[in-house]
Amino acid sequence: MKSMADLIREHPFIDGLDEAIIALIAGCAKNVVFKAGDYILREGADAEYFYLIREGTVALETYAPGRGPITFLTLKHGDILGASWLVPPYRWNHDARATETTRAIAFECKCLRDKCEADHHVGYEMMKLFIPPLVDRMRIARLQSADVYGDSKV
Amino acid sequence: MVPQFWPVKRRIRETGDSITLDLRAPEPLRLRPGQFNMLYAFGIGEIPVSLSGHTGETDRVVHTIRSVGAVSAALASIKRGGTVGVRGPFGNAWPMEEAVGRDILLVAGGIGLAPLRPVLYRILENRQQYGEVGLVYGAREPDDLLFQRDIDRWRRTEGLQVRVTVDHADQEWTGEVGVVTKGIPKIQFDPVNTVAMVCGPEIMLRVVADELRSLELRSEHIYVSLERNMKCAVGMCGHCQFGPEFICKDGPVFPLDRVLDNLLRREI
Repeated sequence: MKSMADLIREHPFIDGLDEAIIALIAGCAKNVVFKAGDYILREGADAEYFYLIREGTVALETYAPGRGPITFLTLKHGDILGASWLVPPYRWNHDARATETTRAIAFECKCLRDKCEADHHVGYEMMKLFIPPLVDRMRIARLQSADVYGDSKV
Repeated sequence: MVPQFWPVKRRIRETGDSITLDLRAPEPLRLRPGQFNMLYAFGIGEIPVSLSGHTGETDRVVHTIRSVGAVSAALASIKRGGTVGVRGPFGNAWPMEEAVGRDILLVAGGIGLAPLRPVLYRILENRQQYGEVGLVYGAREPDDLLFQRDIDRWRRTEGLQVRVTVDHADQEWTGEVGVVTKGIPKIQFDPVNTVAMVCGPEIMLRVVADELRSLELRSEHIYVSLERNMKCAVGMCGHCQFGPEFICKDGPVFPLDRVLDNLLRREI
């Protein structure tokens, strides 16, 4: 049976992370499963866990009065769910709903923040992992807000 | 230079603002994927519209039009039995010969799937000539997806990888949400031996080009279809000039390495 460190090491997001750091952060991790329709995060709630998605699909949503939930991104195997744990006040700014059975590794956010504070090398390595997907999400959000498929005046 | 008037044999509503017109030419034409015709709405005006159906020797000429201005709205309102003014075909073709023996990656955004549909038809008619084939298609919302019956059929076609995504959706949509670049790494292809063909809004072209080059496709094997305002379509009026190129006669299909510098120039 695989250890938590094994599962973390196999996840595409963790590619290249130092073995000692994997062993350290494994202490903050656990396996979780969500059924289709389960809300994993809720806007405004405290960011207690973030997730490495191993299997399944998660829809990131924002709720608009009169329109209902609007999905703005779907995440799958290899993606991370949740970045607000990095920034005070550590609260989620969107909803996240499993659209099918979804397996993930959940990391307790405070546990991981404490380890980053105690050892800044660990903190720096975690930032190096998180910054590229955050930059990519910003690029995606810019494109979506630019409404590139909107009307051209021809 | 004078339009001929061809009858509309079939009219298909694709989305809320896009329709496909199936026209009959007076005689078979030799059409290539990537080319366009100038379509004339009598008394209103003329616009370039890419071929969006089967190509080769045919008298059946198919165009998909998005209603966004006076001319396109007039063309989109023409019913079966009506007539459309046609000049063409003009322009060059997608690199089907270069793609033989290679993997092919098609990336389309919005109405950009229309000029690429003839490529997919040609590939599927000659499937054994090509390696891995993938289509990544993005649109604003699920209702804006073109050719939904074709997409359903392509998803079920063995040997064809299809990823469809929308920018945002409600909970009824069970597919992917996110920009079109997210789907590209999910397609299996050999970057060293792949020809990519990309069509869509120019912002999308630039972003997709970046993504493809980050995956180590070479710029000379990435092809884009450009558009600018066209009037004469024969390289005389200069309206479609793009740096040293005329989109109407040197394009609309270009290898990326030939146009990348000018794609990044704001004043062109």
